[in-house]
Amino acid sequence: MDIKTLRDAHKLLTEFKYELGTVERGYTNRTLYINISDNIIKSKPVTQLMKDKFIGGKGFGLWYLWNAVTPETKWNDPENEIVIAGGPICGITQYPGAGKSLVCTISPLTHIPIDSNVGGYFGPYLKFSGWDALEIQGKAEKDVIIYIDGNKGIVTIEEAPLEAIDGHVISEELTEMYADSEEDKKNISVISAGTASDYANIGILNFSFYDLRRQVARLKQAGRGGIGRVFRDKKIKAIVIKFKGTKGNLNNPANQSLINKAGIKLHKQIHDLDDVQCRMRKIGTANIIEIMDEYDLLPVHNYQYGSHPDTHKIESNVFIEKYITQNMPDGCWYGCSLSCAKAADNFELKTGPYKGHKVTIDGPEYENAAGLGANCGIFDPEIILEANFYCDTYGVDTISFGTICAFVMECYERGIINKEITGGLELNFGNGFAQLELLHQMSRGEGFGYLVGLGVRRLKEIFVRDYGADPNFLNDIGMEQKGLEVSEYLPKESLAQQGGYGLTNKGPQHDEAWLIFMDMVNNQIPTFEDKAEALHYFPMFRTWFGLMGLCKLPWNDTTPANNAETDEPAKIPEHVQNYVDLFNGITGMNIDKHELIRQSERVYNFQRVFNIRMGKGLRKHDAMPYRSMGPVTVEEYESRQERYDKQLRELVGYDPEGKTTEEKIKVMRTYREDQYEKLTDAVYKRRGWTPNGVPTIEHLKEIGMDLPEVIEVVKPHLQQEACC
Amino acid sequence: MIKVNDRDFEWEEGLTVEKLLEKKRYVFPKIIVKVNGELIKKEDWAKTIINDGDDVKAIHVFGGG
Repeated sequence: MDIKTLRDAHKLLTEFKYELGTVERGYTNRTLYINISDNIIKSKPVTQLMKDKFIGGKGFGLWYLWNAVTPETKWNDPENEIVIAGGPICGITQYPGAGKSLVCTISPLTHIPIDSNVGGYFGPYLKFSGWDALEIQGKAEKDVIIYIDGNKGIVTIEEAPLEAIDGHVISEELTEMYADSEEDKKNISVISAGTASDYANIGILNFSFYDLRRQVARLKQAGRGGIGRVFRDKKIKAIVIKFKGTKGNLNNPANQSLINKAGIKLHKQIHDLDDVQCRMRKIGTANIIEIMDEYDLLPVHNYQYGSHPDTHKIESNVFIEKYITQNMPDGCWYGCSLSCAKAADNFELKTGPYKGHKVTIDGPEYENAAGLGANCGIFDPEIILEANFYCDTYGVDTISFGTICAFVMECYERGIINKEITGGLELNFGNGFAQLELLHQMSRGEGFGYLVGLGVRRLKEIFVRDYGADPNFLNDIGMEQKGLEVSEYLPKESLAQQGGYGLTNKGPQHDEAWLIFMDMVNNQIPTFEDKAEALHYFPMFRTWFGLMGLCKLPWNDTTPANNAETDEPAKIPEHVQNYVDLFNGITGMNIDKHELIRQSERVYNFQRVFNIRMGKGLRKHDAMPYRSMGPVTVEEYESRQERYDKQLRELVGYDPEGKTTEEKIKVMRTYREDQYEKLTDAVYKRRGWTPNGVPTIEHLKEIGMDLPEVIEVVKPHLQQEACC
Repeated sequence: MIKVNDRDFEWEEGLTVEKLLEKKRYVFPKIIVKVNGELIKKEDWAKTIINDGDDVKAIHVFGGG
């Protein structure tokens, strides 16, 4: 369908005109509120309290969300919001990884706030258009598009009946529609979901940026927690922003030279060292596929194992040599010389509604290859790329889908479900075409694929209720926590990483803490107190990226040549100082590395209290499935028998000689579950929380997050804990 | 016997840093190696001999995705 026909079918519902405004020291000092139930659009001031306590990015998102919802609000209630915000550093072009948006909503998977960090041009363009955040509330009656013209100062809500829903199609359509020329397309960014997001709780948002060299709208994903499902439930087809005039100083920083200095140093380091370090410029995060396999950390067959003889078929060099276009400036925002947003071009699809089309596929990221591939026993790079493509365009989280698919495959292989239940699909490990068919069904809201889109937690309930499955076994092997599927690392041999997944705010996503090497390999954090310190510092440090509009990857996927000579190489001290300099350079403030952590602590604890306010966020919600801690089945134990027997002897003081595997599994389980409880005690103590996981009033006061409404939530929990 | 990251590891005659990393299958590209507290640069791994009783640290600088 031609663009004119699409545009002519639009019906303007409302228009809002605004003064363009300016960015001062990283802030526009106002946010854009849009209610699509009532077609109300208005400007809201950014208060000093917001800047002091919440900084920006996901801090702003969580604050607005808190004020929008009640403890009774469900994900699909009109009052639930989707909030998109960059942060004070978002939009600079001198330092890699500075174009991120943070998206917050109440998740259909976890029923608590989810936050997701995403690239693409939307976040910077939103700020340059005059807004520190975009807050969307309500539900439209019919499919709508929200359009923001950041040069003319116009926001519209338009009914848009004819545009496609799938991400790669609608992003192209709307980029074409709103750009004045091919050159102008780089000034457009589109947020979309996909057809599966109409049905699947694991829906994502795609944020586009136009790749002038490839002449295609590339897609980056706000992947975790089902934000795309909320987006489509609100009947939003897309949000489009247009801003022409990007340049390096639009944040009007207080001290540009501080920013430039940090950027020049890092660009040189990446130029000199990336080829011998992580090769991010060649293959992005997929550089670790074979490394995870070597260290027995690659999830295989639903996290039963950590390596597989066929991993070489999907190792990073396979993608580099056969699929991923090399030597392209693949940054998802200007100035990112780490360039990890890799893409396979002219890939011909073999299945589904786009069969025969030659497409550009954004990826594979490590998580895609591990989740869609190894975890499902699929070692075919073309299946992985095709599943990657369809996940993106249908609006499906590759991580959740990979983990769910692995779970149902294990259930199928163990006879918990059968062909009758799956609608004829033979869901054995390794059946890539069955995996793709699940995706196609999900996009139509049909068949077993529809059920898969509901997530592991719902599937467990269905398998128990309808097919008589053993709930204890499903709880052991279903890799979800708080309702969110575990991301793609095997944490069995790292207690700290079990905490890195389990003791999180939003659920088991590795963006809070990835401690496996520090713990399991380096043995740098042997005691509970050491682990607790790491599970304090790293989640707080990483939270900071989400307050600023920054990407995590330039922090530690490239390291200075002299990093080995520093006191704390794992923290990359030079880069920590860079971040302090960036913040001070932008805002004119004078924080140090300790205040940086304190800024995060305020928001982190606020999010914990938010979870408690929503009826979760306590110790019982931080429990992990046993598959993440140790061997559930005889096969798992016996596959690493030497390791486990040794641990029983040396750590537990139990002689495995002459014992059955079942007996050994039981003893091992008691030991490991006890370790996790002790770790939980230590981490809560370090974070200033009670044994039930509630932040104490003293701690909230100490960090400056003692807002009355926050205290009001924790008080009854603290009183109850004190008296009982 | 030597210590590698504070854990016992069998020593053998002629063991170098490079051979040790191979035996441990430590393939990650960003590893900091110290022998008895002394930093060993990557270009010296092949020629640095590890003696019986040495304390080796092979610190992987990797913080995940």
